Amino acid sequence: MPSKSKKPGSAGRPEPRGAAAAGGAARLRVRKTYKLFIGGAFPRSESGRSYVVNDSRGEFLANASWASRKDVRDAVVAARRAFGGWSGKTPYNRGQILYRIAEMLEGRGRQFVEELRDGGLSREAAEAEVDAAVDRWVWYAGWADKIAQVAGAVNPVAGPFLNVSTPEPTGVVGMLAPRESPLLGLVSVLAPAIVTGNTAVVVADSPLVAVTFAEVLATSDLPAGVVNILTGPREELAPWLAGHMDVNAVDLAGASEELANACETAAAGNLKRVLRPAATDWSADPGTERMTALLETKTVWHPIGV
Amino acid sequence: MADALSVTSVNELRGILHGLPGVDQVGVEARAARLGTRSVKNESKARAVDLAISMVDLTSLEGADTPGKVRALCAKAVHTAPGAPTVGAVCVYPDLVKVAVDALRGSGVGVASVATAFPAGRAPLAVKLEDTRQAVADGASEIDMVIDRGAFLTGDYAKVYDEITAVKEACGAAHLKVILETGELATYDNVRRASWLAMLAGADFIKTSTGKIQPAATAPVVLLMLQAVRDFRERHGRTVGVKPAGGIRTTKDAIRMLVLVNEVAGPDWLDPRLFRIGASSLLNDLLMQREKFATGVYSGPDYFTLD
Repeated sequence: MPSKSKKPGSAGRPEPRGAAAAGGAARLRVRKTYKLFIGGAFPRSESGRSYVVNDSRGEFLANASWASRKDVRDAVVAARRAFGGWSGKTPYNRGQILYRIAEMLEGRGRQFVEELRDGGLSREAAEAEVDAAVDRWVWYAGWADKIAQVAGAVNPVAGPFLNVSTPEPTGVVGMLAPRESPLLGLVSVLAPAIVTGNTAVVVADSPLVAVTFAEVLATSDLPAGVVNILTGPREELAPWLAGHMDVNAVDLAGASEELANACETAAAGNLKRVLRPAATDWSADPGTERMTALLETKTVWHPIGV
Repeated sequence: MADALSVTSVNELRGILHGLPGVDQVGVEARAARLGTRSVKNESKARAVDLAISMVDLTSLEGADTPGKVRALCAKAVHTAPGAPTVGAVCVYPDLVKVAVDALRGSGVGVASVATAFPAGRAPLAVKLEDTRQAVADGASEIDMVIDRGAFLTGDYAKVYDEITAVKEACGAAHLKVILETGELATYDNVRRASWLAMLAGADFIKTSTGKIQPAATAPVVLLMLQAVRDFRERHGRTVGVKPAGGIRTTKDAIRMLVLVNEVAGPDWLDPRLFRIGASSLLNDLLMQREKFATGVYSGPDYFTLD
């Protein structure tokens, strides 16, 4: 159960790894509370709840915020507010910001490796995942100013018209980050959504990796609110996100079969686009499907020769 | 002037206003902040949302206002949402009063008009009075006047007092709301004095702001004004209303205001005849919350008219 305390207590808690440094009582380690990422800021949960995150051996790692439905609501408001500006940027500019995120991600590599190892990965596996995540992000960044050529078209029509189809972002996308591959999975669902101009609210339950990733985003010129990250139990948060009338699509990558069904039902209220969870090898070449799944096609008939 | 209390000399007026107890700034801010954290449970919140809707003075005070926009605003004022109450009044510039009166005929929604050279109030008294008379003649049931902040701040209370009584007379049967523009009054003591000055001169309502100046309706200022109307009734037996305006955009803000009203002035003031909220975007947020209570899911701005 989540504790109600706003500030996590520290009594009787085992020291985190590496705290008992050689040289004795040199200094107290500064322990971190992982907060939410909403509208470019790092607030605690509106509910004041937090929960303890342990490493794979059951030892205390950190406290993380346990988001509530009101945090979902606030995050959607932030994502909606950011949508106009983000989708209105030139694709080239969006691409540049995504490249910048990749640079920051690369710089934080060691921290991600540590956090993935705390989650139970071997050093080699963790390093491989971080490298793959950076490469994946760069790959998607390159699509920013190319996806329109692939997903759009000049259509042949039998009349005096120039007929053009262009892809446009769907809007606010609610996502459940994949359970497996905390970093690569998160990157693989998030990048294709935002590169085309969508804004996102992500529910992740690997709080350390997700919130550290939020810190990367916060230092990358990404406008506030384009990505919002909530940590906490997806069973509690997902239905609120799926039912929210101001969310335009949901990506249920991290949902169980049962939860996905409940979310799909809730999402019917305003006919959201729904991406059902599927068995995915996150390390495989992703293709453009995740990008095109969150695009709407606008077709314009422009009279010519009249 | 039936409502103005007879104040016979400038010195008496100054004596009354400067005899008011000083405001404890830290205390009033702390109390306002504490009342702002009070939790309101869902059933009460649903009622509070409807009460707040009935208290809204749906306002459009832009240079770009058109008759069409005012008609749309009036339609929304009457048909807020299925099953929801109508708003308290529609508040427009004087030249658009006729349009609003025509659009609202028979609906029970009042027409409020700002007057007296809103929002600066920098015009000769004769112009201000003509402004008021014209709005009343066009059918406005409520007049929102601005006080002369320059005169108030230089200590010329008599000028402010006389202006309010003159405008009150020009109002005839229309209700007079006096805008103090608290964002320009500099201190809490001044807010208290201006509140009393307006009430002594015959105001039916005291209103925080024009909405053109920041800060506008902050919680401590509203708290002080609610104290003033409560104390004024105790001393003089006349009940004056309060209207915060400016910066109240969310349901949460509105419910905080209602908590203040109940705790400071008392439940008597939880009535659209004695408490109004001047706002434009607030109504949509209230309607969105109402929708949430009805359907159980959060709603979005796409489903409400933009005005």
